[in-house]
Amino acid sequence: MNALAFLAGSGFAGRQSALNPAGPQAGRIEDLWWLMFWVCTAVFVLVMLFFIAGMVRGRRARKERGVEAPMSVEPGVERRMMRTIVAAVAATVITLFGLLVASVATGRSISPLRVPEDALTVKVIGHQWWWDFEYQHPEPYRIIRSPNELHIPVGQPVRILTTSADVIHSFWVPNLHGKLDLIPGRTADTWIQADRPGVYRGQCAEFCGHQHAHMGFLVIAEPPERFAAWWERQRQPAPEPATPLQQRGRQVFLSQACPLCHTIQGTDAGSRVGPDLTHLASRRTLAAGTLPNTRGHLGGWIADPQSTKPGNLMPPNPMKSEDLQALLAYLESLR
Amino acid sequence: MSPKSVVIQAEPETPEADLLDEVHHRLEGAWRPEKGFIGWLSEVRHTAIAKRFIVTAFIFFALGGIEALLMRIQLSRPENGLLSPDLYNQLFTMHGTTMMFLFAVPIMEAVGLYLVPLMIGTRELAFPRLINYSYWIYLIGGLLLYSGFFLSMAPDAGWFSYVPLSGPEYSPGKRVDVWAQMITFTEVSGLATSVTLIVTIFKQRAPGMSLNRMPLFVWTQLITSLMVVFAMPAVMVSSSLLAMDRLIDTHFFNPGEGGDAILWQHLFWFFGHPEVYIIFLPATGFVSAIIVPFTRRPIFGYNAIVLSLVATSFIGFGLWVHHMFATGLPQLGQSFFTAASIMIAIPSGVQIFCWIATLWGGRIRFRTPMLFVLGFIAIFVAGGLTGVMLAAVPLDLQVHDTFFVVAHFHYVLIGGAVFPLIGAVYFWFPKMTGRMMSERAGKWSFWLLFAGFNLTFFPMYQLGLQGMPRRVYTYLGESGWTDLNRLATLGGLVLTAGVVVFILNALWSLRHGAIAGDNPWDADTLEWETSSPPPSYGFLYLPTVHGRHPLWMPRENQPVVVGLQDNRREVLVTHTLDAEPDHRDIVAGPSIWPFVLALVTGFTFITVIFTPWALPWGIVLAIIPLVCWFWPRSDMGRVILKEKA
Repeated sequence: MNALAFLAGSGFAGRQSALNPAGPQAGRIEDLWWLMFWVCTAVFVLVMLFFIAGMVRGRRARKERGVEAPMSVEPGVERRMMRTIVAAVAATVITLFGLLVASVATGRSISPLRVPEDALTVKVIGHQWWWDFEYQHPEPYRIIRSPNELHIPVGQPVRILTTSADVIHSFWVPNLHGKLDLIPGRTADTWIQADRPGVYRGQCAEFCGHQHAHMGFLVIAEPPERFAAWWERQRQPAPEPATPLQQRGRQVFLSQACPLCHTIQGTDAGSRVGPDLTHLASRRTLAAGTLPNTRGHLGGWIADPQSTKPGNLMPPNPMKSEDLQALLAYLESLR
Repeated sequence: MSPKSVVIQAEPETPEADLLDEVHHRLEGAWRPEKGFIGWLSEVRHTAIAKRFIVTAFIFFALGGIEALLMRIQLSRPENGLLSPDLYNQLFTMHGTTMMFLFAVPIMEAVGLYLVPLMIGTRELAFPRLINYSYWIYLIGGLLLYSGFFLSMAPDAGWFSYVPLSGPEYSPGKRVDVWAQMITFTEVSGLATSVTLIVTIFKQRAPGMSLNRMPLFVWTQLITSLMVVFAMPAVMVSSSLLAMDRLIDTHFFNPGEGGDAILWQHLFWFFGHPEVYIIFLPATGFVSAIIVPFTRRPIFGYNAIVLSLVATSFIGFGLWVHHMFATGLPQLGQSFFTAASIMIAIPSGVQIFCWIATLWGGRIRFRTPMLFVLGFIAIFVAGGLTGVMLAAVPLDLQVHDTFFVVAHFHYVLIGGAVFPLIGAVYFWFPKMTGRMMSERAGKWSFWLLFAGFNLTFFPMYQLGLQGMPRRVYTYLGESGWTDLNRLATLGGLVLTAGVVVFILNALWSLRHGAIAGDNPWDADTLEWETSSPPPSYGFLYLPTVHGRHPLWMPRENQPVVVGLQDNRREVLVTHTLDAEPDHRDIVAGPSIWPFVLALVTGFTFITVIFTPWALPWGIVLAIIPLVCWFWPRSDMGRVILKEKA
């Protein structure tokens, strides 16, 4: 499977990694990481030097003085060791306090309190095993849903509200920010910001059942005007089928089990159990960041979703080949 | 029973062989185990029960290790089809549950059960029948979990069983119930063991062994047991509430009905974080016990180490929220828990410094037990430092629930607890079996374990930073995690080889090891005064001590305790602080009823999964063995010896 290889051509900004920050929070956290890394490495090396020196010294002492007569210690050495240990403990306390201050300072700089009131707000709703991104707007007709694909404008803070429809999940885009859990019955908030346009991969980080491993999503950071245009397109209902084949595909969609779970705006299908398919063809991946959105994968996914994501909640949909082809033609027109 | 009947006197200058033989014969009569299968089930001697605990826990360790190896093979390449997500989720749940509840905690306590009475110079634990009960309860809990596994009923919601995933709606069936009941079993067992150890340590120390002369190993057992008493009730409450949510439709954790999903996490981690110190502190006891004879000097900074242990046990209860930084708690509260989590590095650091100072001022013999101690220091320092990193909230938000955390806690739990434990087995194997383990195979096992361990877990730090979450049964090829995962799997194979060499060494040495003698390492604490393995009654005459290293002080003129009746199971009870003799007491002898009560308890806990009525019926049923257990005996446990032929 080449789920992500194709993304390289479409501005995929490196792999998901906490050490490749693309936004201010991930950047501040990376700074803290390197501070911690170098301080802890220095402490480790220092302790190991004393440790190894202690072993060498203890080995020499055994060779020189033998192992008879336990208990004999040299009072001078004991006093020196005591002084060294007191100094080492003092140094430990000071170092730890410094790290504590650095940690709290970093925490303040990435705090959600710093987001402006009028920032773009997206509600993230976790489902077993996919993501629903609900773009908030004071005018209800401008609210949109974008499953498994989070588009954000570059250079602007975006407020993220998290909650869950079933079990606990965790929202995590390593290149942008740390995690925030999606907890049923609660709403928590954080914010993210991308400083470079690009595609960043996120993944569920709290064990949530069978397909926890395949619960990914993409964050697509694009210039504000392109983002606005995207939002405008997503508001539109699905286009009417343009060909007889697509016409038949819509019939297949509505007559099979599909509308029991999925929505296509502009049709009678309006269920919210599974992802909204109104703009399915505009998205880059299928099955929550698992498969590239190509005709072959889409066909395979519809016919037998359990082979790609065993245990997921979508049942197999056996159908005649012509029906499947028509359905695919229709779904591919949902841009 | 008056204190006057206990006399401390110098041993007769030339003890007559006949007299000693007579005393030995009478003590044997009073303390020997009963015969037959019933006698085996009724066994109460701490050495016998502890050995059962240790062997059982190592079997669970092997099972947990096999589960880990299967997971490593599954992750050795992306999109691997070897294990289904269902099986993988069961495996990682079983691995965590087994290692924490059925291996780590029981084995640390089991080593304590074996050694504490010998180290403090008494004949038996305070509540021997309770220990017998504790073992059977633990065994039944473990068997329940593994029967579930082989019936495809193994829990699959993680060893932490977060609600609502583990609740009735998202985990239908009986899998999580098996988990919750297994927790109840091991908690009952853990509490019983802890209470026994606390009372034994406080009340049965040899005359002269005031608290400040107690071996550090005994200190760690005492502090750990006290931690168990305070931590375990939290998880018992949470697992009981979960069971009630699942079985009788309560809504403690159901947000839809006003319950709270976060409540579970608070309760679980209020136990779960002290739990790691419950595992780690006894391991520091092994280290302190081993390092002394192999550096040929007293430990440096005894007082500092004891105070560190106490400090760790207190601070350990104030860190649980660092498992929950990603739940979006208020920032001020998080800062408090960051500070506490960072602070606990101080007492751990003090202990490390004291051990290094002990090496520095000692004369080191690099025998196998010592190698494991040295390996422990190197690995634990690395693991502890990554713990400091995890205490920082912002950094934790990035690496929480990734392989970084997996690497961290295996560094502190394998490096911090399993290495000292294996060192302890090499160290005390001669005392328990009378034979030495092979030194050559020991060195092989150490280097295989050391190399394999680092090869397995060091790459996981990097994997976590590169964004690989925990508890995933597979990953996409494009993620770039393949090479490091392959390396970790390779390391897992080396690690397994090390464990296999260790186990084979132990089995081979049981039969063919060199005869050990009483004190093969020329160690300093009282357990080495008895023969190897110790006789059923422990000490012929209860010893007295006048220092921290009794066997390194002149023993010829050291008084012993006489005046204990030797035809029944009598122990000397001493004062808590200064261990001055107080009175004699009879400890319970063998009885079948603890085993019967364990069966009844097991029956109740297991059937309650299927019907809540099992609980009232079980309680009624339990009255019978309880009454029989505590039925007073007219002969006060006195053994009437047969005439010598």
